Order: sequence, then structure tokens, then C-alpha cells
Amino acid sequence: MRRLLGAQELLGPAVLVIVVALVGTVVSTSNASYFIDALVKVAIVVALYLFIGNSGVLSFGHISFVALGAWTAGVLSVPVGEKPAIMPNLAHFLRDRATGNLTSLLLAAIVGGICAFAVGLPLMRLSGLAAGIATFGVLEITHNLLRYEESIGPGLNTFSSVPETTTLRQAAIGALVVIVVAYAYARSRFGRLLRATREDAAAARAVGTSVYRQRLIAFTISGLLAGLAGGLYVHLLPVNTESVYLDLTFITLAMLVVGGATSLWGAVVGALAVSALDSYLAVAENGTSLFGWHIDLPAGTRVIVVGVLMALVLILRPAGLTGGREFRIWPRSS
Amino acid sequence: MMLAFLNIDWQTLADATALGAIYALMAVGIGLVFGVLRLVNFAYGQLVMAGAFALALASQWGWPVWAGIALCFASVLVLSLLMDRLVFRPLRGQSPAVMLVATFAVAFLLQSVALLWFGPLGKIASSLSSLNQPVTVSGVDIRKITILAVVVAIVCLVALSLLLERTTIGLHMRAASLDFQTARMLGVRANRVIGVAVLLSGALAAVVAVMLTVQNPLVTPDFALRDTIIVLAGVVLGGMNRPIPATLGGFAIGFATGLLGGALPTNQSQYVPAFVFGAVILVLLVRPGGLFTRRQVAERV
Repeated sequence: MRRLLGAQELLGPAVLVIVVALVGTVVSTSNASYFIDALVKVAIVVALYLFIGNSGVLSFGHISFVALGAWTAGVLSVPVGEKPAIMPNLAHFLRDRATGNLTSLLLAAIVGGICAFAVGLPLMRLSGLAAGIATFGVLEITHNLLRYEESIGPGLNTFSSVPETTTLRQAAIGALVVIVVAYAYARSRFGRLLRATREDAAAARAVGTSVYRQRLIAFTISGLLAGLAGGLYVHLLPVNTESVYLDLTFITLAMLVVGGATSLWGAVVGALAVSALDSYLAVAENGTSLFGWHIDLPAGTRVIVVGVLMALVLILRPAGLTGGREFRIWPRSS
Repeated sequence: MMLAFLNIDWQTLADATALGAIYALMAVGIGLVFGVLRLVNFAYGQLVMAGAFALALASQWGWPVWAGIALCFASVLVLSLLMDRLVFRPLRGQSPAVMLVATFAVAFLLQSVALLWFGPLGKIASSLSSLNQPVTVSGVDIRKITILAVVVAIVCLVALSLLLERTTIGLHMRAASLDFQTARMLGVRANRVIGVAVLLSGALAAVVAVMLTVQNPLVTPDFALRDTIIVLAGVVLGGMNRPIPATLGGFAIGFATGLLGGALPTNQSQYVPAFVFGAVILVLLVRPGGLFTRRQVAERV
């Protein structure tokens, strides 16, 4: 019974994602792309939640794992015949090979996980501001290397000719996989121990928890999921180094904070709510009408509105829209 | 010997020193506010950007140089007071991470306001470009702005340390940055101290805006964004809690960036950001409290 009541925490996010995907199938093709994008954002934000939400440590570096996942899946999926055109300086072992869609996503996740483990190995000793700046450093380094290292990707060019296989169905399945992993982690022994270190590091240490080890585990899984999300992203739209850098870091952090960083439900709600607002404003920037009023917003309004929203939520409701609580129909029996 | 081996000439060395001086001023600006509010202002670069746009507008309208600088100071100071009132004050007492995320949002907000207002191509601030001409000091050509930047930075830092050490409000600020609660109980007025810190930090942002627009007259919405990220790393590197370590950290990272960027050939210097941030991470691992601070014991409970 207790297990069953716990499962409702998974039910809310999963049903929400499925509903969004189903609504996406009935709208026009041009609008469907907004739904796919929102689902990929859900995957990224839930990956962020897995680490930031459970550990309470801020990370500006997760978009590097998204970027590395995107690079992995992208390089492997461009058809061999078109590689010399967009990636003339590609290393030999990458040039003559191309993989299928699923393999590329799997490898993207693995690369994301391995890199997160390698980065976390030294970095998880830090907390607070030092952790924030150090993970920012990771983002800068990744961006810098991907931008100029043409043997592993297109460098300054855009990843064109990647098969656009991230359909509504794939994005929804991807988001669901990420959600299930995050749920399973949060309910596992590791998730509970990590949340204990978040609430009171000294007390958690006193009962024998290694803060470092728990954070490293979460960081690695979170990097794995971020890599998978990056793979989905590169199969959705032509990615370049700028599209997996500061702007994406900002919008995904905003989503997590707006929804409520300490719960899976908050991550999913935040990602979908901000995506909905953002997509609506994107449409409005091209001119639309609401209740008979003609709206024609100038380009750039989106970031202003999202920025104001994020600042307002932080000031008025620091725990986020969901209050950082999980989805529950029946209240906790205790 | 060493310098010749690394292919560094005096011009590069002087420019690196100037960049270090400018970054040191930014570091002080960030450090002052951190001292009293425990808030890392990610949006500091956008204050500099606003000042730079004020200069660009003034030069576009054909204003004299002094009026342009006055407009720059006025707009930056007003903006920093607004930022304090609308964002910092409601967030007082939140965790540093929440406040960092909030100022991250403010930074993006201001950047897109600038994008909306001035467009992505930006504007040119040309009224002070004569300072880019070189003067010859004992056979070496050095740009005037390089010398000016170093001099101005020294003047600002000396004035600031006099203010902190010799005046009542300076004493209050130092007390507040040591322990805000206790300082308040002993009669330090919180809003006054914070107001002064915010204004001083804004004034430094305006000074930095003038310097940076001389070196790089094209003002775009992402003006000073990269500099802020590097300075933030420098401040954390030096040690956030005390003004002198923070300043040294800012100077060190500016000097290193300038030196490496100027001395290495292009196919290597493009990797300078990766190299600098790699070094920052390494230092943070060895000394999480900062390079120039005393080693701290773990917090006791």
C-alpha cells in the first residue's frame, strides 16, 4: 500500500507528459514542433533536478553534458557521404562511421555519463559558490573545446544533415525514460541519502554517509540523462555550439526554479509551463490574436518575460510553483 | 630571458596589466556588494553594458565627452539602485545559490532589454577613441588608455581603501561584511550600508564602462558578459570574503588572460578560455576558500 501511494509521485509527471504528447498529435505540424521541443526540455530539466534538486548544490555545467551528448549523437548520425562537407577535419575513426538512431542516443547517454563521472570525480568535493563557479568553468571549457576542436565535430558550423528522428513519440518516450530513472533514483537508498546530505550535511556525515560519494553518483546519473537529452536535441533541430551554451543554461535553470527545484513534479511542471509561455510568446512575436486583440510583440520579448517571471517566482515563492512538493492525490499517511 | 622565450613584448605586458587593472575594479565592485549582502551579482556586467550604451548614445548625439561620462555614471547608478530595490532587497536572507540564480535571471533580462532597444548589431561609442593612440615610453609604444587604465585603477583602489579604513561608513561596511547581524545590533544601519555599497559598486561599473568602451568601441547587448564571467571566476579564485584577495584574484585572472591571449599564436590562443577555467577549477580544488585567504577550518556545529 505504501509503495502504491509512493507510485503516485511518478503518476503525475508521467501522465502530464503523455497528455502533452497526445495534444501535440492533434495540432498542426508547425505547432507540433513546439510540443516536441517542450518534451526535450522536460528531459533536460529532469536531469538537472536529479542532481540539483536532490543535492542542493547548484550546477551551471549540465548543459555541457547536453552539448557532449548532442555532439556524440550528431557526429555519429550524419550520413557518411555528407560528413566531409560539414566536418572536413573530422578524425578518421569518426569519418567513416555512422550509426542508427537508437545507437546514437545510447552512445550520447554513455558519453554524457562518463564525462559527468570524470568531471564529478574532482568537482564533487566543492559546494556552495565554489561549486557554482567551478561548474560554470566546465561549461566554458566544453563550449571552448567544441567550438574550435574540429576533429570531433563541426566546430563553428551547425550540425546540418542530422536525421530529424526526434518525433513527438520519440521525445515523449525519451522524457518518460528520464522521468522514470529520476523517480527510481529519488526513491532509492542513494536518493534518500543524498537528500539527507542536502538537509543537514553534518548530521548525514555523522551517521556515516559520504557526501562526496552520494553527490558523485547523482552527478553521473544526471550527466547520463543530460547526454540522452542532448542526443534527442540534436535529432530535433540543427544544433551549434551557441545553442547549447548560456541561453539554454538560463532557460533550463529558469524552468527548474519556476517549477520548484526540489521535486520531480516541480521539474516537469516548470519545464512545461515555461515552455508553453515561451512558445506562445514565440508565436506572438510573429503576430497573433488573443480574445480579439491583435498582438504583435517585438523580437526579444520572450527572454524578458521569462526573466521577469523567474525573478518574480524567486522573490515571491522561492520554493517554486509546486512548492517543491511531489505530486499527490492522496495525502501522505503517517 | 623567460619573456623572450614566451615571445612576450612590452606592449603585450602593458596591455595585460591594463586588463588586469580593469578586472580588478570589476572584482572590487562585485566584492563590495558580496561583502554586505552575501550576493554574487551575475548582472554586474550588464551594469557595465548599460554604461557603455549611455556613452554610445552620447557620442551618437554629439554630446561633449564630459557629458557622455556624466550620462554613463548617472544611468549606471540609477540602474544599480533600481536593482537593489527591486531584486536584492526582496531576496535578502535567501541562500547564496538562490540569489546567484536570481541575478543570473536579471542579467539575461537586462541583456534582452538592450537587444530590444538597440538591436543585435549594437552602437559605436567613438568619443574617446583618441586615447587609443600610442605614446612612446623609453622606446616602447604603449597606448594611452593602457596607462590611463592602470592609473585610474590605482586611484580608485586607494580612494576606496581610504574610505573603508578611515571613515565611519567604511568602518560600518567592514563590520557588516564580517558579521551583518552583530553589526546591526551594534547600531549599523543596514539599508544605509547596503545603499552605499551598491552605489560604490555602481560607480566602479561606470568607470569600467568608460575604460572598456575605449578599448572596444562597438557596444553590443552582450558587452562585458564574457568579462563578468571571467572576473567572477577570478573573485572566487582570490577569495570572496575579503576585498583585497578578491581584487588580487580579479587582477591575476585579467593579467593571465591578457598575457596568454597576446603571447600565443591564434591557433593556440583560441583555447585560452578553456585553459584559464581549467586553472580556476584546479585552484578551487586545492583551496576552495580562495587562493589569497587563510585556510579555513570546516564549519563546526
